[in-house]
Amino acid sequence: MLDKALKGSPTYWGWIVLLLAVVGAGFMTYLYQFQEGLKITGMSRDVSWGLYIGQLTYFVGVAASGVMVVLPYYLHDYKAFGRITILGEFLAIASIIMCGLFVMVDLGNLPRMLNIILYPNPTSILFYDMIVLNVYMLLNLVIGWNVLSAEKKGMSYPKWVKVLIYISIPWAFSIHTVTAFLYAGLPGRHYWLTAIMAARFLSSAFCSGPAILILLCFIVRKFTKFDPGKEQIRTLGSIVAYAMILNVFFFLLELFTAFYSQIPGHMHPFVYLFSGLEGHAKLVPWMWTAACFAVLSLLLLIVPASRRNENTLILACLSVFICTWIDKGLGLVIGGFIPNPFEKVFEYWPTLPEMVISVGIWGTGILVITVLYKITVSVKEEVAA
Amino acid sequence: MMAMDRRQFLKIAGLSALLGLGGKTAFQWLAPGEAEATLQQAPMIAGKKWGMALDLNLLDEEIMSKCIQACHSYYNVPNIGNPKEELKWIWKETYEHSFPGQENEFLAEKFHGRHFLLLCNHCTNPPCCRACPTKATWKREDGIVMMDMHRCIGCRFCMAACPFGARSFNWGDPRLAPKALNPNFPTNPEMPTRSKGVVEKCQFCAERLAKGQMPACVEAANKIKPNAMVFGDLDVSDSNIRKLLRSRYSIRRKPELGTGPNVYYIL
Repeated sequence: MLDKALKGSPTYWGWIVLLLAVVGAGFMTYLYQFQEGLKITGMSRDVSWGLYIGQLTYFVGVAASGVMVVLPYYLHDYKAFGRITILGEFLAIASIIMCGLFVMVDLGNLPRMLNIILYPNPTSILFYDMIVLNVYMLLNLVIGWNVLSAEKKGMSYPKWVKVLIYISIPWAFSIHTVTAFLYAGLPGRHYWLTAIMAARFLSSAFCSGPAILILLCFIVRKFTKFDPGKEQIRTLGSIVAYAMILNVFFFLLELFTAFYSQIPGHMHPFVYLFSGLEGHAKLVPWMWTAACFAVLSLLLLIVPASRRNENTLILACLSVFICTWIDKGLGLVIGGFIPNPFEKVFEYWPTLPEMVISVGIWGTGILVITVLYKITVSVKEEVAA
Repeated sequence: MMAMDRRQFLKIAGLSALLGLGGKTAFQWLAPGEAEATLQQAPMIAGKKWGMALDLNLLDEEIMSKCIQACHSYYNVPNIGNPKEELKWIWKETYEHSFPGQENEFLAEKFHGRHFLLLCNHCTNPPCCRACPTKATWKREDGIVMMDMHRCIGCRFCMAACPFGARSFNWGDPRLAPKALNPNFPTNPEMPTRSKGVVEKCQFCAERLAKGQMPACVEAANKIKPNAMVFGDLDVSDSNIRKLLRSRYSIRRKPELGTGPNVYYIL
């Protein structure tokens, strides 16, 4: 089936070349970082994780959200999603590849990476995160490929694939739970030390991932002969609506605990993020942007008319994406480090090379998704013909 | 003054026999001079739970600076000249930043504007060791939280896990630190320098202890003011540090987090 990725229109090839250029730029910049060290990033002794780890966290969520199409189809026999489960699974694969790359560029000493396997520490959450992410990618690769091959041959997929599908459903929840545990078990980082961290992660994943999937469905419909389907998109819209409501609700719970208890350590990160602390306020406009888009997306998603209208649904999905990306890809990590363990504020902002490397990884993810979706769509067009 | 007791004498004698040292030399080497011997719980290899007590009544700004200098020059910790990439194993901090949450507006005047000396607490239950994915940082049987800079992959999970800000990361190559700020780098050719991309921190001078020497900071402080810093085995009830903690009021940084810091501050 791989050959399908090699036959395409000039637009397709132009797009591939453009993405390769972006990936190349990111890779060259990474070589510069590899040479100079992580000092070329905005990270510091006080804010020792930044954009890279934020993006890792965000895309683990997008990967996990593949389960939002897999679960209704296989557990609830919601037939309509049969058309798009493969799109969800392939989105998960691209996301996990991005996660792996974001971890790799964040390491101070990449050549020693295998030490995680050679000298594993069973008390380290990172060890488990590595396992669950890799297994999840493998599951999706094997499932997606077999289901698509079967579809191409007009047969049903082998029985053992079904077993893997059932395993992949709780596994999707596990990857984001374990990722939340990276943060939620650290003493002295008030912004992260919350029992509902995993619940927040899952809710934001299950709105942002399907929102991205809806946008991808519209792109697929526009550029190919395959239509993911009106009903499918509409159901995804409902999923985004519920998950976004939960996501905002969980965030408000955090605000209540921090500000009703009035415990300074619990309030400080929120104060820093939303109004600035000791005169430092770099993230304030970003967090309020996220808040505004959260409100906008909720309005558009809760009102049935705007949720069902495809144009306003696109706007709602873009709003969800922007809001969750800022909240989780930026605010979450930085808020955990500010103020620092001495209750001092040392700010962080990503540098240009750091952004170019990140964009390069985005390019890689989009490239993977382009190729996988191209194969999928070609097969579906062929079967339909 | 707390003199060396019989138990400590036997330990030194036993150790010196093991090392094949003559009686008198061993005592000069392992417990040099009676005055210093009062400060320490020798021999320095056999500890079960090393701890440190800093007497803030004796430590002044000058002594603290000497301690920092002694440590950083012994371990080739360069001055990067940039707070973003700062490397520090031991450093000064004000009361409200050393003990956040403990500050109050009626704090005793003697603590106003003065500094405390901070370093790795060598916690009894260290979150950094729990978080490290490669066991590059681990807790030794004698309580020291060690760091293997040759195994560290530079993920910085330990830095996120440490609630005391005790860990530094080599954002760039420390050997390329500005020459103007580090004219004599490496200051101690006997000790290794680090490469970029690994985490480093205080290790309670594990290799000095192995040679029967006090940690560099303790040695530097006590040279100026005896008993300003006391290092010893918290597991031995008659050790000097235990005697000191029995008789004086001490506090620790963030004990409520349950990490069990082993550095005590006598107020």
